[in-house]
Amino acid sequence: MKAIKIKGLSFKYVTSSRWALKNINLEVDEGEFVLITGPSGCGKTTLCRCINGLIPHFYEGEYKGEVVLFEEIKVDEHEPYELADKVGMVFQDPESQLFMTTVEREIAFGLENLGLDREEMKNRVEWVLGLLGIEHLRDKAPYELSGGEQQKVAIAAVIAMRPRILVLDEPTANLDPMSALDVINTLCRLRKEMRITVVIVEHRLDMLAPLVDRIIVMDKGSIIVSGNPRKVFSKEVSRLERIGVEVPKVCLAYKELISATKSEVPLTPDEFVKVILHAKKECNRSKGSLV
Amino acid sequence: MPRRNVIEVRDLWYKYPEAKEWVLKGINLTIKEGDLIAIMGENGAGKTTLVKHFNGILKPDKGYVKVCGLDTREHTVAELAKYVGLVFQNPDHQIFASTVLEETMFALKNFGWDPERAKRRAKEVLKEMGLLDYINTSPFSLSGGEKKRLTIASILVYDPEILVLDEPTVGQDYGQKRRLAEIIERINSLGKTVIVVTHDIEFVAEYIEHVIVMSRGTIIAEGEATKVLCDDNIMKRARLLPPQLGMVVKNLEDYIDFKGNFLRLPVFVENLRRWLENDENVKGI
Repeated sequence: MKAIKIKGLSFKYVTSSRWALKNINLEVDEGEFVLITGPSGCGKTTLCRCINGLIPHFYEGEYKGEVVLFEEIKVDEHEPYELADKVGMVFQDPESQLFMTTVEREIAFGLENLGLDREEMKNRVEWVLGLLGIEHLRDKAPYELSGGEQQKVAIAAVIAMRPRILVLDEPTANLDPMSALDVINTLCRLRKEMRITVVIVEHRLDMLAPLVDRIIVMDKGSIIVSGNPRKVFSKEVSRLERIGVEVPKVCLAYKELISATKSEVPLTPDEFVKVILHAKKECNRSKGSLV
Repeated sequence: MPRRNVIEVRDLWYKYPEAKEWVLKGINLTIKEGDLIAIMGENGAGKTTLVKHFNGILKPDKGYVKVCGLDTREHTVAELAKYVGLVFQNPDHQIFASTVLEETMFALKNFGWDPERAKRRAKEVLKEMGLLDYINTSPFSLSGGEKKRLTIASILVYDPEILVLDEPTVGQDYGQKRRLAEIIERINSLGKTVIVVTHDIEFVAEYIEHVIVMSRGTIIAEGEATKVLCDDNIMKRARLLPPQLGMVVKNLEDYIDFKGNFLRLPVFVENLRRWLENDENVKGI
């Protein structure tokens, strides 16, 4: 089943004279983990807003084409609140999303809006606190928390509504590396345990490339590259660098040194070490010339 | 000739009014004229609080900070700002004028420059930052990357000796980061001192050789990026991750003695190329 099917989607904000999205065609399988990246202004955020219905319901503009969830729900025909248990959205700045006085209430807020009864709400709050490993934050105020903790609370509040698709727009942009890794690892775990479809917009390709099923690269409102990370980093590195996408350093080093060998492009430092040791063996065998 | 100290921090303690905990706990630090330094550490380590002492926005509770010989406790922010230009993390906290040109000229007006001369100087800097086409535009309609360059322009315009950039790479894509690095390198090559506060480890690995690492209000390490950023113990304490090339180097240290700043891709590649082409047999391979 396709969790998301986008056909011929173009969008122009009412405040702008140029198209933010130009004829986007994209299908995402249920359970798939997809990374969207690209330079500033490429349309990543706009595309996210089209998946959760903020476009066309909240942001006005010219809208062409269609976005269909789970083969039947046309996003432009349903108000965002009707989509709340289908698509959950996490933003770059958790402070813009959190506003209640305790973490527990923050999580319960969305559930109240879904109209769940008290018992069910309690169960879901417990479940999601445990799932994210944040029981100890229960009675704290969101503003007392670190950036990484806040982002986990934002994710918990969204996950509590049991959406089938989770869309995250640069959720780690303001976090230090360890907190970012922590949030990303949490996402991976959630995805496995809940079989949820995850679409994440990020610049941190070094952290995400080894984890995602597919990388989608956008530039100037269009999708220009789409494929699994190994395919993308073995074929498209020069193009990605040209448009301003930060390619993991091990992929760049591989391209400079050993892409002529038969080994696959490495996505992590550990993989790079294996590939280079293998290349050394080959070199020794052929008396020093690079294969 | 030995370079003079432009920033001296001695046993600096600071806590925010009404807060219980010290944010800075006995910081000692010397920065020399012409240095290019990264101050790194996790969110909340005290990095921003420290650099706010460099232009006197904050004053020490204990200890002292001297900027170009001036004790910050005895001078106003306006006096100190002539020496230290601080570019904040969030451009929206800094931008307020109605056009890009006015924003850039603001400091010069305050310093009493003749308007025509100020305009010429502002245009010069805006050209350097690639913003000349926007002089009559409202700063608020600029993109995130452009706003960042505007805030740098509005500091560079009065030519301070020391430039402090707080998290300049947040929200910037790779192309914008590269341009930012070029700007930093150019300013530094003119003899200016540049201090970059950041937790963008790959940015530092690629462009900055000298690193200070903070954790919980103290400095836990200072030195060459190739040493500090590859030290697991320091990285763990500071909640940072080593750069990718650093992790590779560590895993290969039994086989290869890397020379030079191997955190920079060309140097890293050259080290490995030489090793691959050297046909001596390596133990264990």
